[in-house]
Amino acid sequence: MKPRKSSPLSFLGKIEGLPIAIVLLVLYIVFIITAPLVFQGYRIYMSFLQTVPPLLVCGLGLTFVITAGEIDLSFSAVMAFSGFIFAWGYKTFPAPWGPWFSVLLALASGGLVGYINGLLVAKLRVPSIMATLAAQFFWSGLSVLLAGGKSWSIEGITTNIVHTVFVGRLFGIVPAQAFWALGLAIVLWFILNRHKFGEEVMFVGDNEDVARVMGINVEATKIKLFTMMGVIAAFGALLLTIEMNTYFDTQGAGFLLPTMAAVFIGGTSIAGGAGSIVGSFFGAYIIGSLDAGVVATGIGGYWTQLVSGLVMTASVVLNILISEGSIARFAARLPRWATFGRSSPDVETPKIMKKGGR
Amino acid sequence: MVDNTTESYALRMVNIEKYFGLVCALRNINLEVGRNEIIGLIGDNGAGKSTMVKILTGVYPPTSGELYVAGRKVDLRTYNVKKAHEHGIETVYQDRSLGEKQVLWRNFFIGREITLPFGFLNVKKEKEISSEIMVNTIGFRGKGITVDSNVSLLSGGERQGVAIGRAMYFQAELIILDEPTTALSLKEVQKVIAFVQKIKEGGKSCIYISHDIEDVYEISDRFVIMDRGEIVASIAKKDITLKALDEFLLEYSHGMKDKEEK
Repeated sequence: MKPRKSSPLSFLGKIEGLPIAIVLLVLYIVFIITAPLVFQGYRIYMSFLQTVPPLLVCGLGLTFVITAGEIDLSFSAVMAFSGFIFAWGYKTFPAPWGPWFSVLLALASGGLVGYINGLLVAKLRVPSIMATLAAQFFWSGLSVLLAGGKSWSIEGITTNIVHTVFVGRLFGIVPAQAFWALGLAIVLWFILNRHKFGEEVMFVGDNEDVARVMGINVEATKIKLFTMMGVIAAFGALLLTIEMNTYFDTQGAGFLLPTMAAVFIGGTSIAGGAGSIVGSFFGAYIIGSLDAGVVATGIGGYWTQLVSGLVMTASVVLNILISEGSIARFAARLPRWATFGRSSPDVETPKIMKKGGR
Repeated sequence: MVDNTTESYALRMVNIEKYFGLVCALRNINLEVGRNEIIGLIGDNGAGKSTMVKILTGVYPPTSGELYVAGRKVDLRTYNVKKAHEHGIETVYQDRSLGEKQVLWRNFFIGREITLPFGFLNVKKEKEISSEIMVNTIGFRGKGITVDSNVSLLSGGERQGVAIGRAMYFQAELIILDEPTTALSLKEVQKVIAFVQKIKEGGKSCIYISHDIEDVYEISDRFVIMDRGEIVASIAKKDITLKALDEFLLEYSHGMKDKEEK
């Protein structure tokens, strides 16, 4: 019994999210060298822990959606809509239970948006890119309408327990939202990789026909999936709105593309069938650190987008090279010395026991 | 027909009909599959083979007719894929049996997961049993393929082997193979045939659908020929040689063409 031969780099693909974690580490090392004043202090990292979680939370939900072979473009509108619902509830219902009720209301509003998306995609078979694009316009439009086109400041929330629970500072410095995002990432990792629902999501994304003939209720899975995405996006909206003490009329608008970028550089396949929660986690921190990092190096704010593009391309290429099979094919093209004398990584076919075959 | 005779059958279809709107896809289907019998189902494209398979496996219900599994009448109104599995009917499709990007142990248990409380997967147990199926039921021997391997690493014949092994593990009484050898090389076809022989050895029944008359002839006990939604012939292997079967089919299709021209 011979082990399958593989290239010397393939160990990187064995541990989930390792390549992208290395990219993040390298990025921080570069920033520490190029912008020592900023990146050798702890404040910049605390700032990341405060600004990245809303994007990260949405990215975790989106990882599920993309794994199922679908897409959700409406979560940035949910960040506005659910943020507004929270602000409205906070002003409408009195303490002590009003703020908590508003939290539930906001989560439910996100769930409602997701549920409608799910119905459109699963029951009416509207392609998810179209259904959620329309939803994106509709729900952000509705929030603007309901808010009267204004931003709403949420007075007095900084002294409320809800503020402390969601975005307080642990030990006086560490933003609580970072722990919420980490906790959610751990829970969702288990749901994707160790739960029946996660397995169903993977099979639906892999091949819907296979899922159906194996007895998976594809429609129900998709409805659950989009509803979950809505609730998760609403949770991101809460972290954002409570941290800002304000519902902004343009809230969430800038989240769509960076969040998608975070998921893709994390190694989740656009074709569906496989997704990486760990990858999305580090991917979100890469995306969320780039702007500040590039500005801090002193090469100027005009460079931020260009560098972001480069880092994204490099991460995605790295992921593709490391993923099983690709690196083997890549290594097979290298001269023998480059693979440390190992022969080409062909997969051997197992022999089937034959009894009385012709 | 007398009902108590059904006991000796793994499956019996009585007057099954299927209409899609006004189009009749199946007419007057009466078929018995005996215990430990391998039936070769032969027919041209559009003969109704796939429709019949989909009714048997609960993908969609027939317009009318009755279905008996192991002597028990099946309630066709509530019949679905899960119920078919419970009745011991498993299907191996040409290319729709396994999730390609998924590891083998997930493929063995998809839709029938072994779960811990709250729906979490008992991964350890699923892997143990998968490994057991691979070695004992389908006879995979080492060479780098483990329960953690992705299906994409397996050859076409091996994939069918995994699907057949899965069906046998789940106590399938009747395994339906829907064109399992299409698009496979000769060597891979041999592997599939070896797997089908394991079904026979295991005392289970099988409906084998294929275009390749030679393969069908080699492994079947009886041939059922379908044409335009009807069963037109049922011939035991001992009553016919491969050559005669081939000629019969050829003649038959010519005969039908003549009819059409009139």
